[in-house]
Amino acid sequence: MKWIDEFRNPHLAQALLTQIRERAGQPIRLMEFCGGHTHAILRFGIRTLLPSALEMASGPGCPVCVTSSTDLDRAIAMARIPGAILTTFGDMVRVPGNHGSLQSARAEGADVRIVYSPRDAVRLAQKTPDRPVIFLGVGFETTAPGVAASILEAHEQHLDNYFVYSLHKLTPPAMRAILDAGEVKLSGILGPGHVTTVIGTEPWKSLSAQYHIPIAVAGFEPLDILRAVSMLVDQIHQNQVRVDNAYSRSVHAEGNTTARTIMNRVFEVCDAEWRGMGMIPQSGMIPRNEYAAFDASKAFETTVKPVSEPSGCRCGEVLRGILLPTQCPLFRRTCDPDNPVGPCMVSAEGACAAYYQFGDQPRED
Amino acid sequence: MKMCLAVPVLIRSIDGSNAVVDLGGVSRTISLTLTPEAKTGDYVLIHAGYAIGVLDESEAKETLDLLNQMMTLDEKGQPSKESDST
Repeated sequence: MKWIDEFRNPHLAQALLTQIRERAGQPIRLMEFCGGHTHAILRFGIRTLLPSALEMASGPGCPVCVTSSTDLDRAIAMARIPGAILTTFGDMVRVPGNHGSLQSARAEGADVRIVYSPRDAVRLAQKTPDRPVIFLGVGFETTAPGVAASILEAHEQHLDNYFVYSLHKLTPPAMRAILDAGEVKLSGILGPGHVTTVIGTEPWKSLSAQYHIPIAVAGFEPLDILRAVSMLVDQIHQNQVRVDNAYSRSVHAEGNTTARTIMNRVFEVCDAEWRGMGMIPQSGMIPRNEYAAFDASKAFETTVKPVSEPSGCRCGEVLRGILLPTQCPLFRRTCDPDNPVGPCMVSAEGACAAYYQFGDQPRED
Repeated sequence: MKMCLAVPVLIRSIDGSNAVVDLGGVSRTISLTLTPEAKTGDYVLIHAGYAIGVLDESEAKETLDLLNQMMTLDEKGQPSKESDST
């Protein structure tokens, strides 16, 4: 088992496509929650192979994209604290806030460093005991357990200069917000494979039952995605509603209980602001009181002016699945990966970046 | 760094809660804090320096077997039906 090649077998993909084409009679619109799915769908040309009756809408599953510009401005303000080192994942550095980006703050002298893991930020805090090291934590349930583990590690080592600015977000509340808003009519949802590896299928089962919508949890290789689409088309065809698991080599019903225990030990749920979607109740994660000493938002007072989104940027509608990136008037004209106006063009998981990189592909049929 | 993407890697050796993995021909140390059940020789999904799940080889084979069966049935022109593996 090589774990990747087998799940890219073109003959099996063709068989799945035949099955999808046979059963997708009525118009169907599926949302892939996860930005990783959007990229895989475009990268492997899956969009061109699906029947034209079947539409794929991209969802809000890009953590960088849904970070509000006010929260980003706060992170930039933290980076400018004299002596502080602000660490984060690569994608975050280029996202434009209301007053520049972390990258432009760095050009002006702020110490902003890209790390691969929050563990690297803990090591940096060990090496620089006289400087505060702030980790800007962005990501869903896939990322939050590791960041929680980094706080526990810093706690065990009695580090007093490691801080996390937690902008972590929970996926089911965002999916509920999209379904509640009803702006986009969906026939089914392609569930996020790596989030579900951690949270398990239960949260999706209650969501599927409540909103009466089919869900299939998918991995990120072409066969994973096609199999999940095929399962959704079958459910719709047979008028059934359930949660199918098309990623059983990684996703178990109960999820990763160790990861969840660590995440819930360190973080508690709070309201959070999502770019393009506004405030969503109980959709964010901040350190519990017991770990408040590691909470950068408590340790460092920052004042930022509330401001509006960049003029003309329609990332919000892209994130809610009501606009294709190519329908945004800025796409390719004034907004491209070298000069991104909004976060969806920056992130490796952003829908605009995916459409820019792989093109808006015409259907085969 | 793709935030919700995680890649399958082979665990070469384990030392406490750390493991050495082979990532595209490069050795890298990752944390097994979130997957204490992982053993040497297992494939894990790594994300931001942490293993977030152990991959299940029997489930992977079962999925591929199902797809192969479906393709064989399709080729014979018989109605194919994918079974639910939830």
